[in-house]
Amino acid sequence: MLEEYLSLFIKSVFIENMALAFFLGMCTFLALSKKIETAIGLGIAVIIVQAVTVPANNFVYNNLLREGALSWAGYPEADLSFLGLISYIGVVAAIVQILEMVLDKYVPALYNALGIFLPLITVNCAILGGSLFMVERDYTFGQSVVYGIGSGTGWALAIVALAGIREKMAYSDVPVALRGLGITFITAGLMAIVFMAFAGIQL
Amino acid sequence: MKTKELLLDPVVKNNPIALQVLGICSALAVTSQLKQAAIMGAAVMIVTGISSAMVAMIRNKIPNSIRIIVQMTVAASAVIVADQFLKAYFFDVSKQMSVYIGLIITNCIVMGRMEGFAMKNGPWASFLDGVGNGFGYALLLLAVGIVRELFGSGKLFGISVMSLTTEGGWYQSNGLLLLPPSAFFIIGVLIWILRTFRPEQIEKE
Repeated sequence: MLEEYLSLFIKSVFIENMALAFFLGMCTFLALSKKIETAIGLGIAVIIVQAVTVPANNFVYNNLLREGALSWAGYPEADLSFLGLISYIGVVAAIVQILEMVLDKYVPALYNALGIFLPLITVNCAILGGSLFMVERDYTFGQSVVYGIGSGTGWALAIVALAGIREKMAYSDVPVALRGLGITFITAGLMAIVFMAFAGIQL
Repeated sequence: MKTKELLLDPVVKNNPIALQVLGICSALAVTSQLKQAAIMGAAVMIVTGISSAMVAMIRNKIPNSIRIIVQMTVAASAVIVADQFLKAYFFDVSKQMSVYIGLIITNCIVMGRMEGFAMKNGPWASFLDGVGNGFGYALLLLAVGIVRELFGSGKLFGISVMSLTTEGGWYQSNGLLLLPPSAFFIIGVLIWILRTFRPEQIEKE
């Protein structure tokens, strides 16, 4: 049991890295990776949100949406899985909003550090993508908790690494027209190739 | 009002991927085959057009404080229709593209056009603007898809164009182009070319 969770965690951090293997959350990944501090703040926010929303959506899917899930309410034949997309995005938006209010009230220090990133996260496709992968692969509740934390960690790792490279890049002589976005794309491509090496690991 | 400008400006002058860097997640993931790229492009075009038009119709009734949620719900409904349509008529493609159709909801182009254009303009103009932006996106997807499928496997839309050495032909395929990271390089180089000719687009340090 523990072994299974551990291998799922390693798999979701390295082998199936959200940013570099599935290209999710690219807009924020490229736009907010100029400084390491911002990248760390955003990374932590993504880990927290992912760890909460994936299990929450797993609960919604298993108890409300999937075929036969409504039998506890007396509708054993109902199949609401076509409502999946709208429910998951609703759950994500609601949780982000609640998280923002809770942090503001009880942990103001953390809120000040993460505050500006939280609203951005609702439209981050890594978050919605995590929930969609969870449904596609039919994870149990326990697995979805591990997968949520793991995929968030993987994304955070990737953005901090990219920010580190970009900070160092200030010292290199990049062709003028390639500066900024262009070279960031190419750097991210090289990082993705490096991460492909993990794909050979069998767990 | 200037139908032609609304439709064509986002394609050439103000391409959403190349200049505004919006919605690249799916641009990278679905372009290894031209067929997938074409279907993704068409889906984004329709979703952006329809959801912009719907938001424009109710724009005066949306309370300002919850407008993002409203826009997202509208977009999600349009994406559900597209997703169900693909599942019904192109099941194999919809399986291959797995979660990326659903991720159109969080594609920044859709949200960006609703927030930036449809909240201030009428339904017809918003529809055209949405379709135009979707088309600019689709065009870039197709361009990347053509490079990747033609040089990666010698085919276009699954039809063999350049015969491969493995099948007794002359073309040695470039396997790197079929791997996901190649999309980063192609878009990076594309931006490089664009900005060489239009230096005003280089961002300030």
